[in-house]
Amino acid sequence: MASRDDIKFLSNPTIGQQRKKYCRFKKYGIKYIDYKDSEFLLQFINEQGKLLPRRITGNSLKYQKLVAVAVKRSRHLAILPYVADLLK
Amino acid sequence: MNHYEVTFIIDPVLSGDEIKSTASTYETLLKDQGCAIVHVNAMGLKQLAYPINKKSSGVYYCIEFTSPTGAAIGKTELSLRRDERIMRFLTIKLDKYGVKYNEDRRAGVISAYKKKESKKKPFDGPVATPPVEAVVVKEEPKPVVQEVIAPVIATEEE
Repeated sequence: MASRDDIKFLSNPTIGQQRKKYCRFKKYGIKYIDYKDSEFLLQFINEQGKLLPRRITGNSLKYQKLVAVAVKRSRHLAILPYVADLLK
Repeated sequence: MNHYEVTFIIDPVLSGDEIKSTASTYETLLKDQGCAIVHVNAMGLKQLAYPINKKSSGVYYCIEFTSPTGAAIGKTELSLRRDERIMRFLTIKLDKYGVKYNEDRRAGVISAYKKKESKKKPFDGPVATPPVEAVVVKEEPKPVVQEVIAPVIATEEE
């Protein structure tokens, strides 16, 4: 039997709360983005292989530019595709 | 002294020795022009993200070197472009963070990024218990309903 004390919230209180976005490069002190590391760069592109905008990734402008350059370099070397379908 | 990095893809059709010799020709070519080789990274045979020259895989090589002037790069790129064994190449200038990153990577301080396991797994335990409680709660109202129905049926028979 569920006693009265077990029931604390009727609904999940975390729903509807927006988590604060942050720039992972600033937070963890990443200074260089390797164009050869495809697994890492996959975080910044969508299923079609397009770059995700800053409003979703939360990157600062400085590092978003570096991410864009790294993705473009890896596309040239066929590490990432230019166009894809169901990439993830 | 500037740090540079040249990455190129060699045709996988060639034999293992031919691939190694092509990579070493560019090493010697850079050395002849006064460049110092910092590290040669043989990344091995990899699947290409899209076909190049109707081939779906290639052998990746990455040579990091220092050059007093950028003059050596023009010559190297020209020979890379003329070489039929090379499918693709890219030369970049490394900034100080890039040099540090490559050093750390070689020393094993930084490892390649790995995808984290999904966070949903730890929640399996607590989620499993509520259904048991729910079943117990459901059993209670049933006899009550039956009692209510029984008198109603009885009245209809009368």
